[in-house]
Amino acid sequence: MSASILKPGLLSSLQDAGRPGHAALGVGRAGAMDGPAWQLANALVGNHHGEAAIECTLLGPSLRFEHAAVIAVTGAAIAVHADEQQIPLWTSCYLPAGSVLQLGGMAHGCRAYLAVRGGFDVAPILGSRSSDLHARIGHQQGRALRAGDVLPIGAATPLPALADGNEVRPLHWSLDPQPWFDFDRRPLALLHGSHWSQLDEASRQYLAGGNFILSKDSNRTASRLDGHALHLQAPLELISEAALPGTLQLPPSGQPIALLAEAPVTGGYPRIGQIAAVDLPRLAQLRPGDNVCFHESTLDDALTRLAARQQRLTRLLETIAQRLEHA
Amino acid sequence: MKPQTQPEIQFEALAEDALLLRFGERIDIDLNARVQATAASLRNRLPELECVSAYASLLLRFDPWTWAGKDGQHPHQQLQAAVSAALRGNDPQTIAPRELIIPVCYDGEYGPDLADVAAHCGLDADAVIARHTAADYRVAMLGFAPGFPYLLGLDPQLSVPRRTDPRQRVPAGSVAIGGSQTGIYPEVLPGGWQLIGRTPLRLFDVAASDPSLLAAGDRVRFRAIDEETFNQLLAATPR
Repeated sequence: MSASILKPGLLSSLQDAGRPGHAALGVGRAGAMDGPAWQLANALVGNHHGEAAIECTLLGPSLRFEHAAVIAVTGAAIAVHADEQQIPLWTSCYLPAGSVLQLGGMAHGCRAYLAVRGGFDVAPILGSRSSDLHARIGHQQGRALRAGDVLPIGAATPLPALADGNEVRPLHWSLDPQPWFDFDRRPLALLHGSHWSQLDEASRQYLAGGNFILSKDSNRTASRLDGHALHLQAPLELISEAALPGTLQLPPSGQPIALLAEAPVTGGYPRIGQIAAVDLPRLAQLRPGDNVCFHESTLDDALTRLAARQQRLTRLLETIAQRLEHA
Repeated sequence: MKPQTQPEIQFEALAEDALLLRFGERIDIDLNARVQATAASLRNRLPELECVSAYASLLLRFDPWTWAGKDGQHPHQQLQAAVSAALRGNDPQTIAPRELIIPVCYDGEYGPDLADVAAHCGLDADAVIARHTAADYRVAMLGFAPGFPYLLGLDPQLSVPRRTDPRQRVPAGSVAIGGSQTGIYPEVLPGGWQLIGRTPLRLFDVAASDPSLLAAGDRVRFRAIDEETFNQLLAATPR
């Protein structure tokens, strides 16, 4: 079983939960930028082992499925067609052998996930099938997908809810994208970083409520946030320490940089904030040019919200698994 | 009570699943040795943690739900207590570090910045090579790119600023000086350090059971080789 990439889209790559445990070797985690969307796409096709899905950016790829397949697309509001027929999002869909799936532009959001039952089954590297585009680790040296790539698909039993047939057929139900994909633009929760208190008063105020624009210099490694330049009270001479996704660094330009999934494992810029993990998927769905705004939060609050989301997600994953068992 | 000989470790919650142990704020070989010893101790006693050492700090990544207290709250405090207990009473074990010799060809094209470095240091090229191979280095941390070692122990006289025009493509294996540190580029990478030589050894191989040739805490020495030996070793190194 396999799928061939006909058109790669703007930036499409295989992603799973990422590659934890190797930061001491200089290897970051990578993995899906919008974790819940990736997890739900897998759940909708009945995958339970953290299978790799395709993460699409702004413009999705086109693929041909050699054999019959069951797919699901979640995340950003992307146009999806199979053999000219429009495919709904946030549900699973049966594709007969030879189907061409076209993922197009996105009406909202920046990243969508295409999961296939059985998963895209490339060889795991250091325990993960994620492509680290920056460190060049993963399938095909961690590069983005290209036309002509053939991706193996793992073996799986047929899904009871979508048995075989000769036609493209989606399930008769789908998930509510809310709250997993968020159309409103509530501020992102920001925890004080190690050097928050070294910012001058005006910069602290601006950071906690002022408006930034997500720069075009944004990728899976980091997003630059353009706005009023932020200033430290006095220059800091820092030595490199470990860096993390979600860390808001302040380089000398004064424009903060939010580290993302492919963050380097060490960094030497002042750490002025840490974006709450529960809000990182929302950041991942912002596009270059979109507004970014923060509100001050605390670690306790961030943990409480993260736990609540995790519980809600776990319940939903169980519900999906139960519903897929019934035709 | 035993007199406290080591300064206190500062704990800082960096993120929901991350706690930083800070030992100081200097780049210092002894401070870094303490980081490595603590990392070794914690990997042994609390193997579920991911330990990432840097110059003077150690990052712990953990599962906050495993470490939360009975009220489901404050995993960082629970972890901090467990870490303090694990480290208390045992002086961080002094581990005999691994010692690796890295062969380096400093000739011609392999060390394109050697002449500039020598001029900056007021030495001739042979004296730079002699000083670079005489020192005993420690891997302070890996970072920047997979398998890139930041080495402490550079002869202070060899300290040179980074290039004003960074290269887009530094060849894999390049041995370089950046400020008071020396390092090795594992792959073709952009970089601004001064390139004084190249090793035929492969520093990072994802397919290997142990992907990185070097680990934080290792002792490293450089040995000068000629171009012929470089090519022989390169041919013998699996790619």
